[in-house]
Amino acid sequence: MSWHRLLAGSTKYAVLIAFAAFYLVPFYVMILTGLKPLEDISSFEIWNMPKSLDFGSFREAWNQMDTNFWNSVRITIPGAIVSTFLGSLNGYVFAKWGFRGSNWILFLFVFGMFLPGQGILIPLVWVLQFMGLYGKVNGLIMAYCIFGIPITSLLFYRYYASVPDELVDASKIDGCGFFGIYRRIILPLSGPTFAVVGVWQCTRIWNEYLMALVVLGNPARAPVTVAIKNFSSMGVIPWNLQMAAALIASVPTIAVYLLLGKLFMRGLLEGSLSG
Amino acid sequence: MQSELSARAKSLPALLPKWLRDDRKIAILVLAPSIIAVAVFIYIFMGWTLYISVSNWDRPTLDLSFAGLKNWQRLVNDPRFHIDLRNLVLFAVGYMSQCIVIGFLLAALLNERIRGEVFFRTVFLMPFAVSAVVSGTAWRWLQVPSAGINLLIANMGFENFRPLWYMHPKLGMLAITIMGAWQFSGFVMALYLAGLRAIPDELREAAVIDGAGTIALYRHVFIPMLRPVTFTAIVLTGAGSIGNFEIPSIIGTGPGFATDTLGFYMFEQTFRSSRYGLGAAVATFMLVLSIPLVLPYLISVLREERE
Repeated sequence: MSWHRLLAGSTKYAVLIAFAAFYLVPFYVMILTGLKPLEDISSFEIWNMPKSLDFGSFREAWNQMDTNFWNSVRITIPGAIVSTFLGSLNGYVFAKWGFRGSNWILFLFVFGMFLPGQGILIPLVWVLQFMGLYGKVNGLIMAYCIFGIPITSLLFYRYYASVPDELVDASKIDGCGFFGIYRRIILPLSGPTFAVVGVWQCTRIWNEYLMALVVLGNPARAPVTVAIKNFSSMGVIPWNLQMAAALIASVPTIAVYLLLGKLFMRGLLEGSLSG
Repeated sequence: MQSELSARAKSLPALLPKWLRDDRKIAILVLAPSIIAVAVFIYIFMGWTLYISVSNWDRPTLDLSFAGLKNWQRLVNDPRFHIDLRNLVLFAVGYMSQCIVIGFLLAALLNERIRGEVFFRTVFLMPFAVSAVVSGTAWRWLQVPSAGINLLIANMGFENFRPLWYMHPKLGMLAITIMGAWQFSGFVMALYLAGLRAIPDELREAAVIDGAGTIALYRHVFIPMLRPVTFTAIVLTGAGSIGNFEIPSIIGTGPGFATDTLGFYMFEQTFRSSRYGLGAAVATFMLVLSIPLVLPYLISVLREERE
């Protein structure tokens, strides 16, 4: 091996390792700061190791945000299940029962998905107030279900479009109707796509902030993302609690990402329309 | 078993009224609730926002009387709006270029049969799995001007180099782009990596036989072939720049609104000051900015899928 190939090889790894450090440093500092008690917190000691393992900050943060954590669970699970299931039915219609103009409808679904959320916030609050759902967990769940329709329908559509039409036609000849085909042909093939869409929706809903802040600003009812914000707006900034809270809020999505990274990746590629 | 299932499937339509036995009608009926929900909650709401922007609603009590362009005049004359526009340009330039350059670089390196590829890929994409709120919280702590990263810089011997990061009265927005790029550059990396992997090996081999070196290979083969991916990345990061809200909400708007964004300005005017008309004008402005970015992209994707 010539010297310049060796140099090129080690430069590659040096760049990769430098970027890995860049992506990991915030996590590292969150853990480091979260493990220190408040009296040891000083921005000048940000890089110092904690003097001893102290989980007090995590306990304290958890005590202040456990309600919010469970709120997030209560919002994410139904929101993800309903929007995923709706997406499956819609994707099936778009892919196998297309009608005049159905392509345009799908186009409008996807178009809406790329527009900034601020554009619909004021009427959303108004309508939720009108329905008696403003400031309620169910109101936010409903919003997530509706605003999840475009992405879930798109993901399922793209998968179902790849299912051969002959399969559907054959079971039509067997006498199956709309739901019969869905149950016998489409659903049994959908397991992996349900997993991809479910993981994607869970992550998105768990991490959502803007709508949560507007619809569920009340600290007792808010999900974790809003709880982190509330930690950071305390008079004196308790860095240790903030870091511990941010980490606790990230545990479920990081766990899902590490365990089901492949599904996460597929959702990402398909959802950005480049899969 | 199968015949039993199909018998059950057959019996279902028989129970329905005659006009519902047509499968195509059932399909439309199944889709109908979603169409209505999206039509109302996205498109009618956007139209409604547009209307509120020309209404007199600037206090907590609802007032939908027509006000003409009053809110728009107020918006155009608001110095904070001017700062936010400048901030949007700063943010978009910094954020988009970081995401695209870093994303492309990392994808190109990972495509070189690297040892530990799975590890690097997992690490690069990890920030994308957490909320933007988490990013803002962690980076605010790292970018404290008196300590944080600046301590590391000082320890490396550059004691006179002490950037103010997000506290900078003019360029604070550029510090915020780091927080955004930290989260999204891994996503762009994943897009490019998938794109690179989809390029057939024969193409690469043919170019190498023709005498192309690595740089020529990228310039004349890979980068042109990855144009659709770059298009995707531009649209996604551009839309992210327009909608940017989470980080200023966590970090604050900085000295002289140096880290303020349109999204946060809209939020504050609407939900903190009850100036609904003005907030709606900002929101409408954000929508109008997004349309020319997203529309050509979707049309081109659609056209490609048809082929």
